[in-house]
Amino acid sequence: MLHIVACIKQVPDTKIIKMNPKTNTMDRSSAPAILNPYDAHAVEEAVRLKQRYGGTVSVLTMGPPPAVKAIRKCIEIGADEGYMITDRAFAGADTLATSYALTKALEKIAREKPIDLIICGKMTIDGDTGQVGPGIARRLDMPPLTSVKKVVEINKEQGYAIVHRKLEDGYEVIQSTLPCLFSVEKEINEVPYSPLPNMLRAARYQPVIWSVNDLEDVDRSLLGLKGSPTIVAKVWPPEKPKGGEKLQGSAREQVNRLMEILAEKKELFRAKEGRA
Amino acid sequence: MNLAEYRGVWVFLEQQDGRIAPVSLELLGAGRKLADKRGVPLSGVLIGDQVRELAADAFQYGADVVYLYDDPIFRDYRTESYMRAVIACVQKHKPEILLYGATSTGKDLASAVATDLETGLTADTTLLDVDQETGLLEASRPAFGGNIMATILCKKHRPQMATVRPKVMKALPPDPNRSGQIVEERIHLREEDIRTKVLKIVRETSKKVRLDEADIIVAGGKGMGSKEGFQLIHRFAEAIGATVGASRDAVEAGWIDHQHQVGQTGVTVTPKLYFAIGISGAIQHLVGMQNSGLIIAINKDPDAPIFQACHYGLVGDAFEIVPLLIEALQEESDKEVQYGGKV
Repeated sequence: MLHIVACIKQVPDTKIIKMNPKTNTMDRSSAPAILNPYDAHAVEEAVRLKQRYGGTVSVLTMGPPPAVKAIRKCIEIGADEGYMITDRAFAGADTLATSYALTKALEKIAREKPIDLIICGKMTIDGDTGQVGPGIARRLDMPPLTSVKKVVEINKEQGYAIVHRKLEDGYEVIQSTLPCLFSVEKEINEVPYSPLPNMLRAARYQPVIWSVNDLEDVDRSLLGLKGSPTIVAKVWPPEKPKGGEKLQGSAREQVNRLMEILAEKKELFRAKEGRA
Repeated sequence: MNLAEYRGVWVFLEQQDGRIAPVSLELLGAGRKLADKRGVPLSGVLIGDQVRELAADAFQYGADVVYLYDDPIFRDYRTESYMRAVIACVQKHKPEILLYGATSTGKDLASAVATDLETGLTADTTLLDVDQETGLLEASRPAFGGNIMATILCKKHRPQMATVRPKVMKALPPDPNRSGQIVEERIHLREEDIRTKVLKIVRETSKKVRLDEADIIVAGGKGMGSKEGFQLIHRFAEAIGATVGASRDAVEAGWIDHQHQVGQTGVTVTPKLYFAIGISGAIQHLVGMQNSGLIIAINKDPDAPIFQACHYGLVGDAFEIVPLLIEALQEESDKEVQYGGKV
């Protein structure tokens, strides 16, 4: 029986987030909070492994109280239990401080029920770093396996896992001892529509909620803003491109004009073809 | 931590199949500028099995020193073994800045090293600068899906680390007369100390879409309307020998595989010619293609932001314009065939 923990995060949907043009800040109210899309695949993979090998799937998140919604989404996908750590002390954490806080929660979870496997999404769409998963693995002294796109085998009795790790030009088949941590690619699975019983359970579900005082052996200087070696010194809107020339006329006329332009710039494309 | 003890700019030299990864050469170019501004040496960390001769390349591309870990145990990249080498090297020689390519290997390694060294790491940097006096690295990157740029500092910890997106920095032209110093390093590491084993590596070079190496890219977006509509992009690309790209919307709609995605969460491309068809031009897309040689946009919305980011724009229905364009380009290439025939 495996105990798998998926680490998840609630994020603003950055695809539709709006900028306030006056202040150059993000208008967070313009974007709905969603379960980080990569994390949905992490939870789905945990659920599939549970179906294959038996066991329990827990999910863990750090965030403000409304992040309970993201945990409920994971329950819909098929997670058994949810844990949330929420406290002002965690606020302003960069990836290093985040992995520290999550590790303290994972240690607490593991004291009750030892963890065989931790699964994270490849990255979050608001931070775009992918650094928290490997950070947790290092802190718990587990091998981090990033870019996992397929789980071949988990063998708890003999204490190993075999996965495919995505590379720039292919993949590698890698074996690791258990426990270990995966961060998974989107392509690892497709998240199907949730079955109705899961949705009903999720609607009523209350996760276990811990504040910093509920965690043990915490060095508070390593939490939140204080525990973060990096700071955001400034933000600014990306450079606005200068803008191009719009061709005039009918579709045919525009195409003809474009052909002239391409003919003028032929050299640009030729040079490399010649070398190839 | 005594920050003053840390001196020098380092680049992790990723290598595969007997060559240094292009992104590492780009980082030597960027690192050279930082090192010169600070008046400190630029060094590479080279880890592998029988990779000594690659040090010469690193010198030609700007490195002064190469720290070399050459041992069979480093044949395959593995987080645990490489991490230990990098950490040992940092603790011994104390660099102020350490850069990695934002590749699967570079990100994996940097994340692990940063945690053990308890230092700051900025991901997917696209802009680097350093304060000449303080040595503070200013690492900037698109954030929140490319909606803003953010500059990240790491004031109290060393080394200051960043992963840097491939294809953003420029490699220096190699100087065959340039050489440097190889410093051989060794750590005690037994195979049984490492908990992972690479069983097999499968290269999919033929199958894999090399968007980042394409000369011409034809990219389609939401404006193509459907998976069927997106076929026009494939037809156009095939007609002119281009590689197919896509916006995030088209990928998320399931019209095409993620490996074709251009942009912040996809690939950064720098082709000579880039067609953006039915792509509105969200910033998250623009950051991935704005350095292309010539950008042509086709969109029926004259106010689409893509027209601000292109060199030439055609306003109209892609389903009308693209077939005309295919026809015109084919006529053009027929002419050239005839011309070639005469010679």
